[in-house]
Amino acid sequence: MAITTDPPVQGFRLSQLIYDTRYRSMTIQVVAMILLMLFFAGLVSNTMTNLASKGKTFDFGFMGRPAGYEISQSLIAYDAVTSTHARAALVGILNTLLVAFLGCILATILGVLFGVLRLSRNWLISRLTAVYVEGFRNVPLLLWIIAIYAIITESLPAPAAFRTGEASMILNDSVAVTNRAIYMPAPVWGANSTILIAVFLLSLAGIWAFRRYAAARQEATGQILPVLWVSLALFFVPSILFFFILGRPVSLDYPALTRFNFEGGMQLRGSLLALWLALSLYTAAFIAENVRAGILAVSKGQSEAAFALGLRPNRTMKLVILPQALRVIIPPLISQYLNLTKNSSLAIAVGYADVRATLGGTTINLTGKELEGMLLMGLFYLLLSLLISGAMNIYNARKQLVSR
Amino acid sequence: MTQNLSYVRAAMIDQQDPPLTQKGAVRWVRENLLSGWLNILLTVLSIAAIWYVTSHLLHWFLNAVWNAGSLTECREVLSVLHQVGDNSGACWGVIRDRWTQLLFGSYPPAFYWRSILAMILLVVALMPVLFRDKVSGKLYYFSAFYPFLMPWLLWGGSFWVPLLAVAGFGVGYVALRLLTPVGGAVLGVVGAIVAALVWWIVAMTPINDALHRAVANMRIEGARDALIATQDGLAPRIAQIEADRDAVTAQVAVAVAAKNAIYAPLATEQFRRSVGPVLDEVAALFDGLGATSTQADLAAAYVGAHRLLLDFAPARAPEGMGPLLEQIKTTVRVRVTEDNLADAQEAVAEIGALVAQARGLTAANAMSDADLATGQAAFLGAMRELTALRETQTRIGAELFRMTEERRGATTLLRNIDQRAANIAAHPGLLAAAEEARAALPESVALLTSADDLPEGLAPADVAQLRDALRAEAALASNEGATFSIYYEVGRVGLQPVPSASFGGFQLSLIIGVAGIAMSLPLGILLALGRQSNLLIINKVSVGFIEIIRGVPLIVWLLTAQFLLNYFLPPGTEFDLVLRVIIMVTLFASAYIAEVVRGGLAALPRGQYEAADALGLDYWKSMQLIVLPQALKISIPGIVNTFIGLFKDTTLVLFIGLFDPLGLSNTIRATTEWNGIYWELFIFIGVLFFIFCFSMGRYSLFLERKLQRENR
Repeated sequence: MAITTDPPVQGFRLSQLIYDTRYRSMTIQVVAMILLMLFFAGLVSNTMTNLASKGKTFDFGFMGRPAGYEISQSLIAYDAVTSTHARAALVGILNTLLVAFLGCILATILGVLFGVLRLSRNWLISRLTAVYVEGFRNVPLLLWIIAIYAIITESLPAPAAFRTGEASMILNDSVAVTNRAIYMPAPVWGANSTILIAVFLLSLAGIWAFRRYAAARQEATGQILPVLWVSLALFFVPSILFFFILGRPVSLDYPALTRFNFEGGMQLRGSLLALWLALSLYTAAFIAENVRAGILAVSKGQSEAAFALGLRPNRTMKLVILPQALRVIIPPLISQYLNLTKNSSLAIAVGYADVRATLGGTTINLTGKELEGMLLMGLFYLLLSLLISGAMNIYNARKQLVSR
Repeated sequence: MTQNLSYVRAAMIDQQDPPLTQKGAVRWVRENLLSGWLNILLTVLSIAAIWYVTSHLLHWFLNAVWNAGSLTECREVLSVLHQVGDNSGACWGVIRDRWTQLLFGSYPPAFYWRSILAMILLVVALMPVLFRDKVSGKLYYFSAFYPFLMPWLLWGGSFWVPLLAVAGFGVGYVALRLLTPVGGAVLGVVGAIVAALVWWIVAMTPINDALHRAVANMRIEGARDALIATQDGLAPRIAQIEADRDAVTAQVAVAVAAKNAIYAPLATEQFRRSVGPVLDEVAALFDGLGATSTQADLAAAYVGAHRLLLDFAPARAPEGMGPLLEQIKTTVRVRVTEDNLADAQEAVAEIGALVAQARGLTAANAMSDADLATGQAAFLGAMRELTALRETQTRIGAELFRMTEERRGATTLLRNIDQRAANIAAHPGLLAAAEEARAALPESVALLTSADDLPEGLAPADVAQLRDALRAEAALASNEGATFSIYYEVGRVGLQPVPSASFGGFQLSLIIGVAGIAMSLPLGILLALGRQSNLLIINKVSVGFIEIIRGVPLIVWLLTAQFLLNYFLPPGTEFDLVLRVIIMVTLFASAYIAEVVRGGLAALPRGQYEAADALGLDYWKSMQLIVLPQALKISIPGIVNTFIGLFKDTTLVLFIGLFDPLGLSNTIRATTEWNGIYWELFIFIGVLFFIFCFSMGRYSLFLERKLQRENR
C-alpha cells in the first residue's frame, strides 16, 4: 500500500519574498540591483550637473591635439610641438613599463639571493639579511625613493667636477657616474648588424633545441649530456665568430665631456635610477620573504627521499626541491610584480616621466580634463594588472596539484 | 678473595672537557661562521660589509651636533671641533629644533595636550582588542565609544556632537525593537539601518545647529561683555609679550655675536693645524717631477693637488695664507683644465715656491692645545646658551601668535555680534538679490558657479552679468556666514575647533592609519563574504569593486579624491580633505583585506561549512560562530601585512597637499636655516615608521602563536 500525499497547493503570498529562502535571495538581489543603479544614476547626474556648472564637457578630443610640453625621457620619437597628447600618454606608458620591467628583473635577482642567504647556516649573513629585509619592509617606500634620489643628487659628483679632476670616469673611461645621470657607451648598429642579430637569435634557438634533445635522450637512454657547456659554447662562439667575420658591425659610442655636460652614449637618468633601485630593493625584501617561505614549505622528507634515491645535492635541488618550492613562490612573486608596477606611480616623487606624470599630470593641467585623463590612466593601470593577474591564473591552473 | 690488579682502574675517571675546538664560543664560531669554504667566504664578505658601513656611519653618528639653530651653525661646530676634511657629523639640531613640527604638523601648540591625550586613550581603547585576556572586559565600552571621542578631541567642537553621533546607534536600536514585532527580523534590521542613516544624514545637522543656536541666544549678552573683557585683558598681555620677544631677540643677537667672536680664531686654528700635512703632500706630489717627467705624470700631480686642497676654504685661512692657497689652486686648476703642459717645468717651480711660502706661515701664530680645548669648550657653551635662548624665542613667538589670533577672533566675533541685527535685517534683501541675479543670467552662463577657467566663446556682456551674480551670491554667503559664526562661536560648549589644514606630521599619519585600519577590516570582511556569495549580483559587484580598487595605484585614488570627488558629489557639497583621504585609504585597504580574508575562507575545509549547515545555523550565525573565527585566524598574517602597508602608504598624502612627515621634511628643507639637510630628517622619520610597523608585525606573530590550536 502506498500513500502519496501531494504537497498542499498554496498561492504565492507577498511575504514569501522575504521569508521564503527560495525567493529571498532573489529579493535581495533585485533590491541590491536597484540600489546600485540608483547610486550610479546619482553619480552620473551629479557629474553632469557639476561639469555644466564649470562649463566643461566630457569628450576625449583633447587626446588628438598637440601636447605642447617637453618630456624629459622618451623611448619613442616625441616632439613637444607636433606630438599629440595621446603620444605623450604613450611615452609615459612606455616609461612606466620600462621602470617596471627593469625593477622586476633586479627585484627578482636580489629577492632570490637574499631569500636564500636568509636561510643560510651562516649566522652573520642570515642576521644581516634579516636586518635588510625588516628595514625595507617596515619603512615607507616613498622614503626610500626620496632618500636614494637624495643620495644620487647630493653625493655623486656634478658633470662639472669631471672637468676639474675632482671626479673621473670609471671602467676605462667609458662610464661616468654623475648626479644627473649615469653616462654609458651605447652600441652603434652598423651595416650587417642584422645578420649578427639573426645569428645570435639562431644560436638561442639552437640552445633551446639542444636542451630539448638532451632531455629527450636522457628520458630514453639515461645518458646525461653536458648541457651547460654546450649551451655556453652555443651562446658565445657563433656570435663572436660572426662579429669578426662581418668586420665588427657593432661599435660603441662613448660619452664625451663637453662644456656643460656629457654627450653621446646612453644615459640612465638619476630619476630613473633612483626609482629603479628603490623599487627593486623594496620589492626584493618582500620577494626574499616569499622565497624563504617557499623553500621552508618543502618538507625535509622530500630532500631525504631524494638523497635516499642517490641523487646528488645539486640534482636534488633542481629536480625535487625547486619544482615544489616554485609552486609556492611564483603566485606571491607575481603579485609582488603587480605591486611594483603600481608602486612605480610614485615616480611623482623624483619627477620621472611616467604615465602619471604625462597623462595624469601635465596633460590634465594643460587641458583641464581631469575626469577624462584620470579615467584613461585608471583604465591603463587596471588593464595592466588584469593582464598580469590573468597570466598568474593561467600559471596557477597549470601548476596546481591535482587532488581529489 | 680479593684481587688487587694494579692495571685495573678502581674508580671511574672524571669526564674530560671536550677539545677546545668543540666547546664554547670557538665551537659556535666554527659551526656557524666557518663550516665550509662558502661559509668562510660569506663571513668574510659580511664582516667587510659591516666594517664598510660602520666605518662610514659611526664617525657620522659620533660627531653628532645637538645644539645648533641652522645647518651653517652645525658646520661651524664641526669645523671648530674637528680638523678640516674630518668634519662629517650628524646634525641632530634639526630634530631638536623641529621635532614638534614633525610630530604634530602645524597643530596649535596650545592644544598638543589634546593630541597626546587622544593617543594615550587610543592605547587604552586598543588594550581590550589587542590583549583581551589580560584586561577587564568593561574596557570594551570605552573602545566602542573611542571612535567618536577621538575626532572630537582632535578637531574640537561642542561636546554634544560625538554624543549625537552615538545617538544614531540608539535610534537604530529603537527602530529595531519597534519594527521587529511588526515586520520580523529582516524588516527590523533594514529599518534600523535606514533609521540610523536618516538620523546621521538628515537629522543630525539641524539638531546640532539648533543646539548651538539655543545656547548662543542664551549666552549672547554675556558673551559680548566677555569678549570686550578678553580684548581689554589681551592688550596689555600682548604688549608685555612683545616686549619679552624684543628682549629675547636682542639677547639672541648678542649671543650670536659672542659665538661668532669665539668661532673665528678657533676655525682658523683648525685650518692651520690641518693644512700643514696637506701642503707637505702637495709638495711631495711635485717633488720628483722634472725635465724627464711625462705629461701624464704632471697631470696626475695637478689633479692630486687639486683634490687635496678642495676642502680648504680660503675664508677661514690664517692671515696671509688665503691668497697663497688661492694662487696654488688657481695655478693647479688652470693646468688641469687646459691641459696646457708646455711650460710645465716653470709651473712646478712656481707651485713649489708657493707651497714653501704657505708652509712657512703654518708655524706662525699657533694656538696651544690647552687654549684650543678651552676655546672649544667656550664655543660649545655659547652654542648651548644660544640654543636655549632660541627655544625661549620660539616659545614666546608661539604664545604671541596664539594671543594675537585670539584677539583677532574676538574682534571679528564682536563685530559680527554688533552687526547681528543689521545682518539679519539685510538677509532677505540679499537673498532676493542673489536669486534674482541668478535667474536673470543668460542661458550660456546660467549653470556656471565660478568665473575662473571660463569656457571659450562667451559674450563679454554675459560674463560681466555672471560676475555680478556671483558677487551677489558671495555677499549673501558672507552675510549668512557672519550670523552663523556667532552661533558656532558663542554657542559652542566644548573644545576650540582646529581646522584640518593644521593637521600634519606623524599625527596625521597615525590618524589616517588608525581610522583606515579600524574601518577597512569590517568592510573587507563584508566584501570577502560578498565575493564568496552565491547571489549573482552581490558576487559580481564585490568582484568588480575589489578588482577595480586593487588594479589602480593608491596615488591615483588619492588624486581622484582630490580632483574628482567634487564632480561625483551633489553640487555644493564641501568635503574635508582629510576625511576624503581616510575614505579612499579605507576603500583601498578593504579591497586588499577582502582578498586576504577570501584566502582564509577558501583555506577552510568544506566540512566546516557543511557542519554549520547541519547544525541548522543560518548564514550569519554560521559565519559568525563557525567560519569567520577560523578564517580570520588563518588570515592574520595577511591582514596585518595589509595594515602595515596601509600605514606606510599614509605618506602618499604628501602628493595631494597634506603634510605628512615626508612632506614636512620638504618644508623644513625649504627654510633658509635647514636648506640642504637630508639624512637626519630621513632617519628620524624612518625610525618612527619602523617602530610602528615592526611592532605591528611582531604583534601578528604573537597573535598567531597564541591562537595556534593544532599540535605540530
